[in-house]
Amino acid sequence: MARVEVQNVSLTFGAHKAVDDVSIAFEDGGFYALLGPSGSGKTTLLRMIAGFEFPDAGSIRIDGEAVENVPVNRRRIGMVFQNYALFPNMSVEGNVAFGLEVRGEKGESVRRAVAEALELVQLGPLAKRRPHQLSGGQRQRVALARAIVTKPRVLLLDEPLSALDKALRTDMQVELKRIQREVGVTTIFVTHDQDEALSISDRIGILKDGRIVQEGAPEDIYDRPASEFAATFLGDANILTGVVRDGSLRLDGGTAIDLPAGSGDVPGELRCAIRPERVRISQSMPVTGAAGEPPEHMRGVVTRRLFSGSASTYFIDCSGREMKAIVQRGGDADMAVGSPVCVHWNADDLIPLSAGDGRD
Amino acid sequence: MIRAPAFLSGLGRFYIGLVLAFLYLPLVIMAAMSFNVSPFYQLPFEGTTEWYVALAQNDGLIDATINSLEIAVLTTIIATALGTAASLALFRYDFAGKRILQALLFPPIAIPWLISGTAMLIFFFGTGIGRGLHAILLGHVALALPYVIIVVSARLATFSKDLEDAAASLGATGWQTTRKVTLPCIAPGIVAGGLFAFAVSFDQFVVSYFLATPGQTTLPVEIYAAIRKGFTPEINAVSTIIIVFSMSLMLVVSRFFRFGGDQ
Repeated sequence: MARVEVQNVSLTFGAHKAVDDVSIAFEDGGFYALLGPSGSGKTTLLRMIAGFEFPDAGSIRIDGEAVENVPVNRRRIGMVFQNYALFPNMSVEGNVAFGLEVRGEKGESVRRAVAEALELVQLGPLAKRRPHQLSGGQRQRVALARAIVTKPRVLLLDEPLSALDKALRTDMQVELKRIQREVGVTTIFVTHDQDEALSISDRIGILKDGRIVQEGAPEDIYDRPASEFAATFLGDANILTGVVRDGSLRLDGGTAIDLPAGSGDVPGELRCAIRPERVRISQSMPVTGAAGEPPEHMRGVVTRRLFSGSASTYFIDCSGREMKAIVQRGGDADMAVGSPVCVHWNADDLIPLSAGDGRD
Repeated sequence: MIRAPAFLSGLGRFYIGLVLAFLYLPLVIMAAMSFNVSPFYQLPFEGTTEWYVALAQNDGLIDATINSLEIAVLTTIIATALGTAASLALFRYDFAGKRILQALLFPPIAIPWLISGTAMLIFFFGTGIGRGLHAILLGHVALALPYVIIVVSARLATFSKDLEDAAASLGATGWQTTRKVTLPCIAPGIVAGGLFAFAVSFDQFVVSYFLATPGQTTLPVEIYAAIRKGFTPEINAVSTIIIVFSMSLMLVVSRFFRFGGDQ
């Protein structure tokens, strides 16, 4: 178990900066997700921590030891690949024992460690099977057992659940979390699936164009995204752009909306995000200032409604600006498409964003 | 399965029968005649093993057979080892001139053996390698190598590099990865490549003919020489033995490695 520290690491492929001056620390025993769209550099970063790629600049430390020039087979890491990469010429047992055997371990201690690892992933009875006789979820578990049986300093997972169907993926997320807790190994998980990152990890690093744009606990990033990219990539958001004047935000159409306390101090352009589930809609104008009722901000017309069981997503046209609102089922009656509505929210739910992502 | 109309299915069977007859009838007749008393293919058939007895006393044919087998086995071992190593290098590494090297691997297969043989004769003569069994071996390895590389590379194309990465992530050295993961996974390709090498060498007439010295020759060259002197049924006998041997080898290997079907 170990702390992993990445400092000012860059890697360029030809003219493409795959990873651009990234610094991030992974604390001992933590479960980290590296989240980003394809081409954001998350997999390259993971492969550098593993030792499959070597940085052009910067340092990578595992447990204080500089490893950026150590080849993968001497880094004492465990890795789970997107396609599992189980050895087809070996049984489940043989796959799990491989990492111990190449280290020169033999006999009873290997057998015991393999049995323990298979027990942990609940695959004991299938030890003699071949990989092609297993289901996707079972292969996933074998890959996990194989990666942790050698007691690696850090466990690296490269989109390990992306090949599974949705129901199985949710099960495996819970399973993965349980196993990681039990083993206590520092875990770095690469994914492009925001729900997966939110539900599974202790901390998330969001990558874009080879840089980390924000890093923090899932709740913090969700509640306080620093940029429009973070706000829209992790969850959904309405983005409002305007100019700060007299402590309120004047939108392009002329509407003025209240800003949360402390954020209207600096005049100039400002972009804000508001989560759709924080936006409320009602048929009649709420009484301004009444307890529990947020003030009205906009009026609009419902253009579309997506029903998804427990909630409905409304798309509202507010004089040319589209606003999304998610309304939990129960309580208010559904609004029909075409009906005029009032759109409102608490000023405190408005999230001021930084001017850009540092690069746009 | 789509069922063909009855008359088409009948036609199909007739066609397959025709193909098989075309392939095997000459071989069957040759094998039958090796047991026939008449040296001139005369009927009625009278059984005998006298040609096999005569073959056992024909030192020229027996020596040539042993030479052929030795050269074929050595060619198989050397060409398969070199070809597999070359395929792995082409699969794993990018290096300057890789594409040119790959492109240059194919043309030798299309060059007529007559021309390869002439070129080798001139080259071996000029460099002092000379003629003889060692020159034949060298020539056969050169002829077999592209076949091995192409067959093994085709197998490697279906092999995922992630498997080697996974082995390395588990602490395996390059050699451990090759021995325990890569080679077992591409074994069917290596065996197929070895069979090609064996066939190229054992069948080889033209290049062997050019590089052989009198008295030190291979079976195809010896058979050719014997036929020119006058046909004897011993040729039928030795050919029958070789046909049975080669076909059993192919059957065993193809059964064992299940070619054409996924394991």
